[in-house]
Amino acid sequence: MRIKQLLIGMTASVIAVSGYVEMAIADLKFPMLVYRTGAYAPNGIPNADGFVDYYKMINARDGGIGGEKILHPECETGYKTQVGVECYEKNKKDAMVFQPMSTGITYQLIPKATADGVTVYSTGYGRTSAANGKVFKWVFNAPVTYWDGASIAVRHILKNNFGNIKGKKIALVYHNSAYGKEPIRTLQTLSKKHGFKLMLLPVDHPGQEQKATWLKIRKARPDNVLMWGWGVMNQVAIKSAASIKFPMDKFIGIWWSGSENDVLPAGQGAHGYKSLTFNAPGTNYQVHADIKKFVHDKGEASGDGSHFGTVLYNRGLFQAMVQVEAATVAQKIHGTSKITSAMYRDGFENINLSAKRLEELGFKDFAPPFKITCENHGGSGLAAVQQWDAKTKKWNMITEYMYGDSDVVQKLIAEDSSKYAAEQKIAERCG
Amino acid sequence: MIYKETGQYKSSYKSDHAIFPLLQDKIAFSTLMFIAFLIIPFVINSYWEKAILVPFLIFSLAAIGLNILTGYCGQVSLGTGGFMAVGAFSTYKIMTYFPDMNIMIIILISGLITAAVGIIFGLPSLRIKGFYLAVATLASQFFLVWLFNKVPWFYNYSDTGQITVSERTMFGIPVTGAEAPSYATYLFCLVLVVVLSFAAKNLIRSKMGRSWMAIRDMDIAAEIIGVPPLKTKLSAFAISSFYIGVAGALYFAVFLGAIEVTESFDIMTISFPVLFMIIIGGLGSMLGSFLGAAFVVTLPIGLKFLMVDMVGLSAVTAKHFEITIWGLLMIVFLIVEPHGLARLWSIAKEKLRRWPFPY
Repeated sequence: MRIKQLLIGMTASVIAVSGYVEMAIADLKFPMLVYRTGAYAPNGIPNADGFVDYYKMINARDGGIGGEKILHPECETGYKTQVGVECYEKNKKDAMVFQPMSTGITYQLIPKATADGVTVYSTGYGRTSAANGKVFKWVFNAPVTYWDGASIAVRHILKNNFGNIKGKKIALVYHNSAYGKEPIRTLQTLSKKHGFKLMLLPVDHPGQEQKATWLKIRKARPDNVLMWGWGVMNQVAIKSAASIKFPMDKFIGIWWSGSENDVLPAGQGAHGYKSLTFNAPGTNYQVHADIKKFVHDKGEASGDGSHFGTVLYNRGLFQAMVQVEAATVAQKIHGTSKITSAMYRDGFENINLSAKRLEELGFKDFAPPFKITCENHGGSGLAAVQQWDAKTKKWNMITEYMYGDSDVVQKLIAEDSSKYAAEQKIAERCG
Repeated sequence: MIYKETGQYKSSYKSDHAIFPLLQDKIAFSTLMFIAFLIIPFVINSYWEKAILVPFLIFSLAAIGLNILTGYCGQVSLGTGGFMAVGAFSTYKIMTYFPDMNIMIIILISGLITAAVGIIFGLPSLRIKGFYLAVATLASQFFLVWLFNKVPWFYNYSDTGQITVSERTMFGIPVTGAEAPSYATYLFCLVLVVVLSFAAKNLIRSKMGRSWMAIRDMDIAAEIIGVPPLKTKLSAFAISSFYIGVAGALYFAVFLGAIEVTESFDIMTISFPVLFMIIIGGLGSMLGSFLGAAFVVTLPIGLKFLMVDMVGLSAVTAKHFEITIWGLLMIVFLIVEPHGLARLWSIAKEKLRRWPFPY
């Protein structure tokens, strides 16, 4: 009897599983690949909360996008590629866009999503050469790429050294993965151009073990340290830098290495640490007021609501805003509110977030305006430098938004994307 | 009643030595093969392919490989991830050097390369045993992963250290790359797994397999009765690595398509899970390798499905539960049935023989 029941139960669940996968959904689906567990959770949680709060706010304030509710099923990846693939396969049907929040999963999804016709949006991460829309039809990485980031960091160092960094030593402390390796080629090219010496210091996943790295820095005494880190690696690096008394204002992180979680554990030692950013911190924006009114005050904040206004939370808002804006544009282009995955991509390619549009969306002065075209999926390429004030526990913007070295970056993007196009036999688009 | 053996006479050595001596097993196995080859390919979708069936087949192969070494020959290994990486990177290098070579041949050659690497890392097993050998194989795991990350030649000097598969076809149908249809990748893995499992099963029943087990049970006694330890241990390492290498090649070329060595072949993503597979499935059992792989691959997905889609828990709470349940199940298994799922199956068979009249 028991065996029979068990068999019936198993068959029923198998049928249920296959039924679920096949189920079509009427609303607009924005699947979320998140990681609220594992070594990268300290960064993954605030970012995911930003996304969820923004979607909830749009649903509550505007009744969805053009009247269509936003569905945002979460899938926990733990930053693992294999789980990311499972999450993608589970949610890809009628999905608007995937935001993997991991360079590894992004690389994994680029060919798959291209074959399936689903948009991938890797906001300021992922494959840099995806900025070339002629080759990467379904992938967007606006508003700024890692190669822009590397050259912006070097530009900032140049400025602080009155335009001459010949013979200076710059160390790159990077996550030893596709993510961390992204800026290396740009930095090598720039080191030839400006005559600085580049020192490469890989840190293995998950990044807790950095004793040897910082011992090397102590010995070699580089003039500047750049960091491409994520998760616990950021905290450990900033703490280690503080403990060897490395001058913090010479230590610059990429935009993924500059959140409150990263600097707070080092206490006063982190004072003066710099990082790049493409969005502003704080809560003085219209969008925050709306989220407060429509989501938090109703007790529906994602997570515990404690990340409101932090750097990564705000970045989540920005990313979600771009994704929602693409749907709005797509609805306008195709004249229907029920857009498909393919229509959504058309919307993404015609995004024009001017200063005026940003203000309408409640993001006035939150981020520099940018535009996506058929050729350019990489956006404006603008980023600024922010600095941590450990006394007031606040990030302060210390520069204007600036461009990277576009001569160098554009050449590298063209080179890499044409290599990819040849490998995958992709014909260039955009006439 | 179900497993009634009465009346099934064996009149030749051949029938006595068959892999499935019982008629019932033969029927069950044929039905399984019929479903696997003739029904699943028509109903498979990309979710079942990418999330369940293809990883299950690939990890079964890896588990068979590790079971040969650990379960049958008694040499504990923690280097599975490293050996799978050898298979993956050999496939990548051969693919880029010989663009016209058939993918099946490439994968088998990658297995042979892994076998050679396995022999080299198996050499210490002649001197050290047990936990000490586990540590030596652990070294191979870290060394191999470090090597593939450090030396740019292995990933063709790509900027990110990622290796990406390009499209390859069998009989005109793509089996690798993003355009490959679900049934093609599934059947490709299935054929390899079925053929290689039969080969492994027969190897184990041959002189070679018996000498592996002799070494496992007591190596000094085995040596005294004339089993050469050098040849036996190294052959176990070679054949085990061949299987693991093929699994690694499929993992890269057919399953993931793009791989980063530090993430995809990490000790926590490959070596330990595969070891758990053979412990949960059953050490020294072919069936155990499959059951263990099925258990480890489907349990997280099943739990997630149950908790998130059925009960409606949030994804993160479900993940925390999953980690806890996983740990608990491991402990329960080791206490209740240390011989694994395969042993549970043979107990069930015993019971079924008398069912419905137990005494």
